[in-house]
Amino acid sequence: MSEYQQITKTQAPTGRSLWKDGLRRLRKRKLAMLCLVLVLVYFSLAGFIYLAELLNWRVGPICWAEEVGQKYEPPSLKNIFGTDIFGQSVLRKTFYGAKISITVALCASLISIAIGVPLGAIAGYFRGFVDEIIVWLYSTLSSVPYIILIMAFAVVLRDKTLFGHKLTGITAVYLAIGLTSWVGICRLIRGEVIKHREREYVLAAVSYGCNKRRIIFRHLLPNVFHLVIIDFSLRFVAFIHAEVILSFLGLGEMERPSWGAMINDARIELSRGVWWQMAAATLAIFFISLALNIFGDALRDSLDPKLRVQ
Amino acid sequence: MTTYIIRRLLYTIPIVFGVLLLTFCLFTLVRGDISVELAGKNATQETIEEIKQEYGLNKPLFLSWDSQFIDHFKNALTFDFGRARDRELVRDKIKRGVLPSLALMVPMFFGVLIISVSLSLVIAFVRGTKWDTFAVVVCVAGMSIPYLSFILFGQYFFAYKWGLFPVFFSPDLTRSEYVALPVLIGIAAGLGSNLRFYRTVMLDEMRSDYVRTAFAKGLTTRCVLFKHVLKNAMVPIITRVVLAIPFLFLGSLLLERFFGIPGLGYLMIEAIGSRDYFVINAMTYISAVLFVVFNVITDICYALVDPRVSLE
Repeated sequence: MSEYQQITKTQAPTGRSLWKDGLRRLRKRKLAMLCLVLVLVYFSLAGFIYLAELLNWRVGPICWAEEVGQKYEPPSLKNIFGTDIFGQSVLRKTFYGAKISITVALCASLISIAIGVPLGAIAGYFRGFVDEIIVWLYSTLSSVPYIILIMAFAVVLRDKTLFGHKLTGITAVYLAIGLTSWVGICRLIRGEVIKHREREYVLAAVSYGCNKRRIIFRHLLPNVFHLVIIDFSLRFVAFIHAEVILSFLGLGEMERPSWGAMINDARIELSRGVWWQMAAATLAIFFISLALNIFGDALRDSLDPKLRVQ
Repeated sequence: MTTYIIRRLLYTIPIVFGVLLLTFCLFTLVRGDISVELAGKNATQETIEEIKQEYGLNKPLFLSWDSQFIDHFKNALTFDFGRARDRELVRDKIKRGVLPSLALMVPMFFGVLIISVSLSLVIAFVRGTKWDTFAVVVCVAGMSIPYLSFILFGQYFFAYKWGLFPVFFSPDLTRSEYVALPVLIGIAAGLGSNLRFYRTVMLDEMRSDYVRTAFAKGLTTRCVLFKHVLKNAMVPIITRVVLAIPFLFLGSLLLERFFGIPGLGYLMIEAIGSRDYFVINAMTYISAVLFVVFNVITDICYALVDPRVSLE
């Protein structure tokens, strides 16, 4: 008996899970961790503005409407990014824009992943009738151009109430983006699952007698899930850019400052040599995109099961 | 194979049906009765009735052979979209916009495609070196800059300040003149994300076992890259290329707006601004049909290049 225990003790290796392994490797990458910090700074800025608005604190970014100087003051130590046409601080507006962008991108990403991933996996695995229904659904949706669908949603959803919340411009925007852009991830996951379902490990799972739910969620999804992670990081950036373009076209948040509206203002200002509003918005978008891209890339390299060190 | 193609073609019918259902919902049910809006402020009841008669708005929505639902289908299937707000036929407006849009989008798309696929093969060749890192840094930096900034700064410096290109469209310019700068800006803006995508695809393939086998049996790098890797990387490349083609037709909303190019993107922006539902409806439907057609082509290509995808 004791001998048997001895054997099991020495032979059972201390296994590391795929995710633990990936995170361990991720932590070694200094640049990626720096980018994570930068992303977290943006997120905490957005969170802080939410908190400050809730508690009515009188801090900088909340008072973006306050006049801090003359109109079109160039950047100085007092106003790092100068002032706009109303004498408002561009820096404060940029900070406030972070809140709008991050809210839209986060909500839209979560909605699209929650719809796209399960549907894609189910369609790819079951094929047949289920596949055709899901493909019909996303083909129909994706056949309609993005911007029109968003317009239509914004018109339908504006000033309607959903679960007791009044939908403002920004809510309509992220609902519209989220409900229309799950198609990409769904197609990706479906294609990958179709490739994987004929692989040996799935056949092995079938021959063990695993049920279908287990095969999809325990065997197939972990093997394609790094795609979701990469897609999420890229999608997040794409949503931030989409929000900027929508606000620029006047379809997004109208009453409060956003990066897109700042760029729209800058379009006319640029020919007069007023470059700071444009520069502030561009830099704000550039840094969060850069950080998310680099972090997503590192995450991908760390989480790819094919790269896993034995 | 023929059966697969026929099956796939028959399968487009429900999708076109779905698109028509969607456009009907958006532009008839959601939009509601627009006769008052069309008639203007001081219209009499008779004018409103006339407009209703002309657009068929007094017909029942469903459940009749002469309903708005059937009309919507008939018009869409015969490509008869009626007249826009300014009484010009929607069909003529679209025909006029196609060429400028294609002149802008086609060079841009193939420029980006050719440059990024060939560069990604080069990167696959030098993977892991500092050149690879350098390329990734440039790509990531490039795709982090917002599209609008590319356009605005590009227009400001190249056209406004240094005068290398015309700032804005004017009818006396030749097509290649007014399209040149937008195409360059589009290529610059699109290169980062595309190159990064194709690099990922190529490097994924480079890690496969068959590549190691190919190298082990002594094939040259060029042979492995072009004969093995490129062929296996075809599935994601084809998907991306074919699905992008319908959007070439739609033009670029932002580029056309900034440079005043009279293409379909510009038409859309105008239609959204003036709430011209007829134009938006027509554009939605046409681009959706194009998309469906190219989707079929993708699936057939899938089956051709990846024998593991079984033809049912």
